[in-house]
Amino acid sequence: MPIFFAKRLLQALIAIFGVMTLIFFLQRLAGDPVLLLVPMDASQADIDRMRIALGFDRPVAIQYLEYVGNLLFFDLGRSYVQNIPVAELIWTRVPYTLMLAAGALVVAFGIGIPVGITLAIRRGKPIARLLSALVLAGQSMPTFWSAILMIMVFGVWLGWAPPSGARELSSIVMPSIALGLLSMATFARVARTAVLDELEKDYVRTGHAKGLPMRRIIFRHLLRNASIPVVTVSALEIANLLAGAVIVETVFAWPGLGQLTIQAITARDFMVVQGVVLLGAITAIGLNLVADLLYSLIDPRIRMGAGS
Amino acid sequence: MNAQPQSATPTKPARSSNIPWAALPFLIIVIAMVLLAIAAPLVAPVDPNTQNLLARLKAPGTVSRGVTYILGSDELGRDVLSRLIYGARISLFVAFSSVLLSGTLGSILGMIAAFYRGWVEIVIMRLVDIVLSVPAILFAIITVAVMGPGLVNVVIVLALTRWPRYARVAYGQTLSVANMPYVRLSHFMGASWLRLLGRHVLPNIAGSLAVVATLEFGLMVLFEAGLSFLGLGVQPPTASWGAMLSTGRNYVATAWWIATFPGLALFLLVLSINLIGDHVRDRLDPKAR
Repeated sequence: MPIFFAKRLLQALIAIFGVMTLIFFLQRLAGDPVLLLVPMDASQADIDRMRIALGFDRPVAIQYLEYVGNLLFFDLGRSYVQNIPVAELIWTRVPYTLMLAAGALVVAFGIGIPVGITLAIRRGKPIARLLSALVLAGQSMPTFWSAILMIMVFGVWLGWAPPSGARELSSIVMPSIALGLLSMATFARVARTAVLDELEKDYVRTGHAKGLPMRRIIFRHLLRNASIPVVTVSALEIANLLAGAVIVETVFAWPGLGQLTIQAITARDFMVVQGVVLLGAITAIGLNLVADLLYSLIDPRIRMGAGS
Repeated sequence: MNAQPQSATPTKPARSSNIPWAALPFLIIVIAMVLLAIAAPLVAPVDPNTQNLLARLKAPGTVSRGVTYILGSDELGRDVLSRLIYGARISLFVAFSSVLLSGTLGSILGMIAAFYRGWVEIVIMRLVDIVLSVPAILFAIITVAVMGPGLVNVVIVLALTRWPRYARVAYGQTLSVANMPYVRLSHFMGASWLRLLGRHVLPNIAGSLAVVATLEFGLMVLFEAGLSFLGLGVQPPTASWGAMLSTGRNYVATAWWIATFPGLALFLLVLSINLIGDHVRDRLDPKAR
């Protein structure tokens, strides 16, 4: 058990290191990294001065070591546009993105799980057909379109919720739904498969043989077992929600990390983009690790298979 | 009999409503969109980039200077229908080329990993794990921040971030096929590895890869639209559904049609592809669902 944990942790660290290295070399492969940091109309003299000031005139190996060293101490550098440490800039935005992701998770979980269970239990019935059509529609709906539709209908026409921004508490409702819809489909699918798998198990048949009512078999026994895959998928879905937040935040002008990133790209503030991407990648890898560990804790057979 | 425990007697494979004709209308939608995209210059009412500042933000059906704006006009007086038709070109081109590139790359790497085993396998499959564990949009953002936005860059990003999906499937399938007697016999008879993989392994795993490719195709359409929506993809004035939605977002209060129609087109295309993908998967592997 500890060996599996250690191995998996090492893999995650290697992955983080890999992403860090990739970003470093991507910057240099694409051309002069200084050009990413100066305004479009900078003169050659300014560019040269910037190069020396930032240390880009030194050998690549030294730059790389410095880059990795800084990151090890959680130093993400400074934003050259706003002249604030990147970490500080990110920190002010994190709560908003977390709030949005949490809201979306509530929507996705609260709708997706009951829908998935219904799909499995009422398989073949009209209600299941209707729901599975809805799930498929939710899955194929581009987030930015459902978001715009919601703004149009509920924000502009009906005036039920503020169309954008984050000034009121009710502002979070629409972004959460928009972001949660896609994960809702995933949760529904996973829950459906999990419950279907469990329905075939012997203990369900035993329950029937004992004369237990279906309701009791499902709520007392089946759902506990079916929750295993759902728990693991949750960890992975949080990573997806955080990534999806980029689009949703842009649509709703929600002041989170996603909006920060897009603003930074437009302002050519490369250090901020790099910081957010690194943070996002590390979070995603971390959540993957958590998912794997959870799974192996709940189901010891996984550890035997080691890895993938 | 729903919710009854499955008995040991052979039962019908667990299929959701999958009669061949169920997928047919969606196949027709996809084919129609492909044809429209190919024939865009012939079918589009007007040039997608022609501006008419007198006919800005006109509602669907408005006639101005002899042009009927069937689906309305945008903030520069361009015909929404024409831009929609031309936008299909971008969506389909990006999706098609990125699926082709990432599919080829992933399949080859996956087969090689399964065939050679040893450190080649470790390196390739670890790389697969790393790339899959980071959301593709993050790679896209950093790449665009470095290389700048644009059509070609979008394809490159998608090719480089999506190949692990195929690699994983190709790897797993190759592992199971490679040990089949006829493959080993062929190996003993001195067939080269290229021949083994190309003649014996690939035809056997092509079905599974095709399913991945179909489902990925829908995702790639969404991805391109998403990147263009964020301003990281195809650049103006080129018509792209994502970019049109982004404009439409600014005019939700006054011109609902700008965002509604490209959104609807995207939704229909992706829904159709997903349905077809599900259908193909159920056909090939009834147990998968």
